[in-house]
Amino acid sequence: MNLVTTPNFSNADDFYEALIETHRGLDAAASHALNARLVLLLANHIGTTDVLKQALAAAREGAQAGIDAATPGAKS
Amino acid sequence: MKLSDLTREHSSPVDYQKAQFDYERCKDQDSAKPVRHPVVVVGAGPIGMCLAIDLAQRNVPVLILDNDVSLSVGSRAICFAKRTLEIFDRLGVGEPMMDKGVSWNVGKVFFKDQQLYSFNLLPESGHERPAFINLQQYYCEGYLAERVARLPLVQLRWQNKVVGVEQRADHVLVTIETPEGNYQIEADWLVGCDGSRSTVRELIGQESKGRIFRDRFLIADIKMEMDRPAERWFWFDPPFHRNQSVLLHMQPDNVWRVDFQLGWDADPEVEKRPENIKPRIDALLGADAKYELEWASVYTFACERMASFRHGRVLFAGDAAHRVSPFGARGANSGIQDAENLAWKLALVLRGQAGDALLDTYGAEREYAADENLLNSTRATDFITPKSEISKLFRDATLDLARSYPFARSVVNSGRLSVPAVLHGSSLNTPDADAFEGRMVPGAPAADAPVLLANGHPGWLLRELDGEFTVLIYGDGNQRAQLDRLADELRDAAEGQVPLKVLRIAAQGSAAPANADGSVLVDQQGLVAQRYDLKPGSAVLLRPDQHVCARWRQPSADKLRAALNTALARH
Repeated sequence: MNLVTTPNFSNADDFYEALIETHRGLDAAASHALNARLVLLLANHIGTTDVLKQALAAAREGAQAGIDAATPGAKS
Repeated sequence: MKLSDLTREHSSPVDYQKAQFDYERCKDQDSAKPVRHPVVVVGAGPIGMCLAIDLAQRNVPVLILDNDVSLSVGSRAICFAKRTLEIFDRLGVGEPMMDKGVSWNVGKVFFKDQQLYSFNLLPESGHERPAFINLQQYYCEGYLAERVARLPLVQLRWQNKVVGVEQRADHVLVTIETPEGNYQIEADWLVGCDGSRSTVRELIGQESKGRIFRDRFLIADIKMEMDRPAERWFWFDPPFHRNQSVLLHMQPDNVWRVDFQLGWDADPEVEKRPENIKPRIDALLGADAKYELEWASVYTFACERMASFRHGRVLFAGDAAHRVSPFGARGANSGIQDAENLAWKLALVLRGQAGDALLDTYGAEREYAADENLLNSTRATDFITPKSEISKLFRDATLDLARSYPFARSVVNSGRLSVPAVLHGSSLNTPDADAFEGRMVPGAPAADAPVLLANGHPGWLLRELDGEFTVLIYGDGNQRAQLDRLADELRDAAEGQVPLKVLRIAAQGSAAPANADGSVLVDQQGLVAQRYDLKPGSAVLLRPDQHVCARWRQPSADKLRAALNTALARH
């Protein structure tokens, strides 16, 4: 199975609003903890290791740009 | 004392921790040229002694060399797993271990002040042995040493320190240091069972490589009357030891093992002092608890292994070959499985019934098993002692969710407890050609099941496997003549190749077996058929170490012969 990367939300705007709303009033530490719980809940819902690894790799791609920018000379 | 003194009647039990064994001069020291021994084992720990007993039971003389004069001091490895107990049964030491040990199947996991969940490691009945017993290592070694003392084929030499190992074309030349000076012997095969700081490994210029974990743990054994069940209790961040983990195990003699995570900055010498241990124990038990401190130790650990467990005529087993964290009880248990894997192979090679290639499979199979143990152990350690802020964040998130959600409990890792490796992909397996269900795939360690013996008494399947190749043939009463013929055919097929036991399994409800020779067992509760997925006429071939290596719906002499050749690495 492949990670779904085409639009799949029944209502994207509703989800995004709910996501931000869920974090309302939390400090950064509490928000990070919430996000960690959210990742675990969603990961279990997906379940398939293969799909999860595709999602992890896709998410990591964004981080790589950050590392490259922050580490002078890291990119040869 | 002498080793043989262990077998005499004693008015009070021997204190295995205090026993000091005598150095004795031996004939080899006066020989003009080095005396040859078929197998020399270095290290009289649990792994070395299991290997020696197994080999002696296979009629191979064994010499054990130990640089010390005593058995284990301190409780050390305390958790002996079901598979280890089954091996102990075959080695003739299962009963004393079971009689003394504390049996347990249940573990509980706590987070802060709340129980998250409990798990049962042996949720099904129909097994002779429990998931685990807890037993101080000195008892385990004491019972093994008593067994060794009763085996004339095993010699154990104390204060014999190996200081030289030279590989020659057809033997290993071993130089040994004693209080009376050095002497040399020759070994057909030398096995290093001499622990994580293996001298043998160093002498041949090899090392173990892997990950060192920057954390320290305090083990405190305390003696007290405590009304708690025999269960493994593990706390993450408990109120009595904030931000760290604690593990509690019951041992025999009212001794409790408490294992406190300390962090990397702790000073081992300071932490070991009784006045510093007491507040930690008091925090757990309450300030008015009455107990005595028996033993304490501060440890760190590494997850590492040698690249190869075989180097010519020198082989390695146990901690000498691989080291894991203690969470999961995979150290001693995996080492004893190493010994079991090696014993039958060495015996067959020495008997000329198998070639040198069989010993390569010792390395391949046990390196595979070590990787599985290392993976489990490393993962548990990463969960228990998170190494980064984000790792701790996810760990705590998992623990938070585990209060309410069963899925998160499957992620919580307080140590995945030792189960024997299924040797998937071993070159000794004959891949299935027929369709089978269940867990008894080629490479799996044989599952136990209750049976009725020829004398009508209840027994256990694994007890009827006597350490040679065994073929199980399953059938009901309707095909008796046909199955008798098959049994004869298979017996003949192995004739002159390798010893083979043919064991008929009669379907549940069959009349008590007529053959008085013990070659027919009744599948008392139908669990043999269920666990091995047997239908009338099916057969399963088990190796001498009780691992499945082939199975068939329509067995034949040719198929058996081919499977035996494969299992003996004759290619």
